[in-house]
Amino acid sequence: MSRKKEIFIALVTLTNKEIRRYLRIWVQTLVPPAVTMSLYFVIFGTLIGPRIGSMDGLDYIQFMIPGLIMMSVITNSYSNVVSSFYSVKFQKSIDELLVSPMPNWAILLGFILGGVSRGVLIGCIVFCVSLFFYPAFTVINPVLTILVLFLTAILFSLMGFLNAVFADSFDDISIIPTFVLTPLIYLGGVFYSINMLPEFWRNISLANPMLYVVNTFREGMLGVSDVSIPMALSMIVLFIVILAATSLHLLNKGTGIRQ
Amino acid sequence: MSQFALEITGLKKIYGSDVIALKGIDLTVTEGDFFALLGPNGAGKSSTIGIIGSLVNKTAGTVKIFGIDTDLDFPEAKRLLGVVSQEINFSQFEKVLDIVVTQAGFYGIPASEANPKAEKVLRRLGLWDKRDSQARTLSGGYKRRLMIAKALIHDPKLLILDEPTAGVDIELRREMWDFLKEINAKGTTIILTTHYLEEAEQLCKNIAIIDHGELVENTSMKDLLSRLDVQGFVLDLDQPLESAPTIQGFNMTLEDPNTINVAISKNQSINELFVQLSELNIQVNSMRNESNRLEEMFIEMVKKEQT
Repeated sequence: MSRKKEIFIALVTLTNKEIRRYLRIWVQTLVPPAVTMSLYFVIFGTLIGPRIGSMDGLDYIQFMIPGLIMMSVITNSYSNVVSSFYSVKFQKSIDELLVSPMPNWAILLGFILGGVSRGVLIGCIVFCVSLFFYPAFTVINPVLTILVLFLTAILFSLMGFLNAVFADSFDDISIIPTFVLTPLIYLGGVFYSINMLPEFWRNISLANPMLYVVNTFREGMLGVSDVSIPMALSMIVLFIVILAATSLHLLNKGTGIRQ
Repeated sequence: MSQFALEITGLKKIYGSDVIALKGIDLTVTEGDFFALLGPNGAGKSSTIGIIGSLVNKTAGTVKIFGIDTDLDFPEAKRLLGVVSQEINFSQFEKVLDIVVTQAGFYGIPASEANPKAEKVLRRLGLWDKRDSQARTLSGGYKRRLMIAKALIHDPKLLILDEPTAGVDIELRREMWDFLKEINAKGTTIILTTHYLEEAEQLCKNIAIIDHGELVENTSMKDLLSRLDVQGFVLDLDQPLESAPTIQGFNMTLEDPNTINVAISKNQSINELFVQLSELNIQVNSMRNESNRLEEMFIEMVKKEQT
């Protein structure tokens, strides 16, 4: 058998293992985002939304849908990889991969594909939930929407991987999601347009990377955005390249996994 | 292909900036050998195995597996190698069969081939009935067997076992010995580390002893044991004694009224001892080694090294 075919089988095996892992615990991984997002739609969309009125010329619930989908994709792709890779380090089952002939890039790709699949699946679930609350929703630019969905899931899966590489305890894998990721997501234009903000806070918001992800996705779904789409897409791709190269370098060095 | 299953040259490992685990060891293991790698805790055994299996980064030196330099083509070398680590290292929440088939997949073996191979190895190790059980529900002994099944799923030519029978009951340990003897007889080279020196003596043809990161011995088991100068024996007596009998040339002590300990050197005859005991009307019911022969030798060598 050729090496390429062996590597492909190994990659598919690892990806399947990752997918099996979160599907096995679907009550913890797939149901909570659906429940939480339903609550957001009920409270902010149906109850409070009509009092807020329109946002960028759209119904508030309609404006909120892309943001909430992105929020779910970001947190789930990140948390899938960070918890899975840290667990294999903690349980030492990383040894199963290290003793095998699998190249490091295939190990990285396997974990990232696991995170991406969960992020995208959750995104689809939240979109389906949103249709219960806003059945008239139509996607303006499906190609851009799907492209951003995947790019975002890849970007945050890579961030989760890096977090897990450096984590030494379970505390370390919850600190960044709680104290960095969540505030940036909430302040990244999920619930509001930054055009509502005073100039000073608007400029500060432009430094928040979540803003670009959320707005590019909103452009794809609704055709409205607070930022330049080519610039935002370029930034996302650039960050993916930088994070992938860094992750691979750390894996090759054995940081956090080999003594 | 090289006649050596493993060739290690100048292998060094320094943890952090100053903890020296290996001081540059040279070691060869011949193809088909059943080889014991012994040493006290912290001697450098697990570091050596870790480096061979790619679990630990080496500081210097070369490792060749069947002539393949791991610095030049580690993936090819890994195909020939199976490693059973000291610590349980599989996902505790997966099913037994899934763990073994997944491990095969990491070696590029498709599920259609891996499933029958997994059935064969799990049946041989008595795990087939537990194939649908979650790994965390297995007893310690079964978890050890699963570790071996996982390491064998890609048919490695060199199998390294780091204390595979630690915490395993004697019955299971002996079953494992039989299994390891069987696969060694079929051609798999085996390197074993263990704290049960009886195990090394029973199974291994050749032996290396590491202490403080250095190789202090590398020879055949037969040669090593032949160097043992004095052996201690325990004699169980038919009738109780008040004090240890005095027999010229033999150093005897009374452990309890029915038990005598005696040290017999290499040039002394055990027959002579029994003749003398018979003359004193002392009847011996049974006799056994005070401790394992290899254990005595091992303690002697490690003590020498420390002084």
